[in-house]
Amino acid sequence: MTELAPSSQDAMAVVRAQNLGLTFPTNDGDVIALSDVNLTINKGEFVSFIGPSGCGKTTFLRTIADLEQPTSGTLTVNGTTPSDARLNRAYGYVFQAPALYPWRTIAQNVALPLEIMGLSDKAERIARTLELVNLTGFENKYPWQLSGGMQQRASIARALSFDADLLLMDEPFGALDEIVRDHLNSELLKLWARTRKTIAFVTHSIPEAVYLSTKIVVMSPRPGRVTDIIESDLPAERPLDIRETPEFLRLAARVRDGLRAGHSYEE
Amino acid sequence: MTAMTRPTLSRLQQGLALLAGLVCALALVLALLSGDAPLPLLAFVGLGTLTLLRVRLPVPLWIDGLLMLLGAMALLQALPLFATEPAYFWLALVACWAFAWLFVERLSQAIRSRQVSGRVFGLVIPVLFGLALLFVWEVVTRGANVPQVLLPAPSQIWTRLLASVPTLVADFQQTFLKAVLAGYAMGCGAGFIVAILVDRSPFLKRGLLPIGNFVSALPVIGIAPIMVMWFGFDWQSKAAVVVAMTFFPMLVNTVAGLSQASSIERDLMRTYAASYSQTLLKLRLPAAAPFIFNALKINSTLALIGAIVAEFFGTPIVGMGFRISTEVGKLNIDLVWAEIAVAAVAGSAFYGVIALIERAVTFWHPSVRGGRA
Repeated sequence: MTELAPSSQDAMAVVRAQNLGLTFPTNDGDVIALSDVNLTINKGEFVSFIGPSGCGKTTFLRTIADLEQPTSGTLTVNGTTPSDARLNRAYGYVFQAPALYPWRTIAQNVALPLEIMGLSDKAERIARTLELVNLTGFENKYPWQLSGGMQQRASIARALSFDADLLLMDEPFGALDEIVRDHLNSELLKLWARTRKTIAFVTHSIPEAVYLSTKIVVMSPRPGRVTDIIESDLPAERPLDIRETPEFLRLAARVRDGLRAGHSYEE
Repeated sequence: MTAMTRPTLSRLQQGLALLAGLVCALALVLALLSGDAPLPLLAFVGLGTLTLLRVRLPVPLWIDGLLMLLGAMALLQALPLFATEPAYFWLALVACWAFAWLFVERLSQAIRSRQVSGRVFGLVIPVLFGLALLFVWEVVTRGANVPQVLLPAPSQIWTRLLASVPTLVADFQQTFLKAVLAGYAMGCGAGFIVAILVDRSPFLKRGLLPIGNFVSALPVIGIAPIMVMWFGFDWQSKAAVVVAMTFFPMLVNTVAGLSQASSIERDLMRTYAASYSQTLLKLRLPAAAPFIFNALKINSTLALIGAIVAEFFGTPIVGMGFRISTEVGKLNIDLVWAEIAVAAVAGSAFYGVIALIERAVTFWHPSVRGGRA
């Protein structure tokens, strides 16, 4: 099978990993961060990666983004290598920390990728993406004048500003408190519904993963691998109180079982 | 004593108030006994003695300030009247100093408790401190007839400064406007450019950093005569010394600053597929700015020192270092001090300008905006 052959399945696949492995050499011997990962992310899906620390969920996301290089197996992004996809500016990446540049205002931070990529109609894009994350009116504030939740929203606006179809999010709400996190989760779902982007989302919160996703990838550590892939049957319309319904709790229980299974041979 | 229990004065302030009052009382007795005490000085020690009444009656802080002013003026007025200053004169100086300290203590307490505006009076304290220093210097050198060769009075230095303005301006132009500024610009510029090259190539990092280190370890006294032989007697050789002194601080600070951007900030640039120069201009140099300004500030004072010292080793007959070395030989110590005063003001102003630019450029840094990281 040739990698770039456009079959009917590939047309839908945004990310396709086959037997993917990544080993970090360290002074204490090799650390297997990813082992034999097979996974396809289709266009328009919201895929969550969940697992304990060290399970390779962030490493997998960074591999898609070409921030890490796999040591075995194949990985395609939009049908090309991750490196080409990065050079084509195929994705927007949201990090664990907002990483806004403190010498730039919010509007200038959102404009940063636009300046680098030489895109036109900056003002229109800034206004549109800040409106998407409900930060209209904060254009001229500096990042250190905003709360943590607002900073993370600004960093999401920055990742959206150049209209990449794929959004990679690495525990973007991990440092925020529960209430802000709930709010941003429902905002993110609305944003996803409006923009129809493909989202890969790393988290270690079971409710967050179940609430947001159309597909949940459960991973386990040592070596980092996929133990379960759960297709969610929750409706597309998800108010926050869907988290008390039996369907939601059943999915959450299955995720928890998957996490526990990955842990069973430890301790 | 009831003053000890009065809550409005701290223990230090009580002690100062007591000291000022008692010293005034003693000076008053001695002055009355001598019979030839000048009237303003008598008035000062008399009123100062009266402040001992603060035991019963609270004295507002500006009374202490007024007494300090009155004492200073009375002392200056009395200075030329005596061949050798009598004991009550020195006691009055001690009392005046105690009133000044007490006034500043109470003023800063009032600013802290927001009884008076810190914006207006905050400046009074450092200015008063500087003036008090000059005042004590003036009174002690003239009152105790300190030989001018050891330490001239500030007024003598000031008179000499006004009388030699053309000389001082010519020296300033030669040393500061030519040697210091040119050397500073070239040294800092070269350090900055080499830092960027060093950062780009590990090979240069291994080769150039030790050489920079080596050059910075060379003593100015050693390289100055060599630079004079290489670049001649005029300002160019002094600028070369300044380049040698300012290059290394800039190199080391910029190299350290370029590694300040966090890995997450660099990863962000990588996800945008940003080029090397885009990452440098939009991330790494702004993040390095606090380090670069540190070097600019260190170098602003180093450059002046370097240029002045370098002029000791051969120069045309103009320049601040040349003037200092020749006038010391002629025992014109007041002109040496005038030259030192010009150098101090010029160096401080240079530093201040750089610090102001730093505040404007690195306004976002926690150390400038007074926030947390």
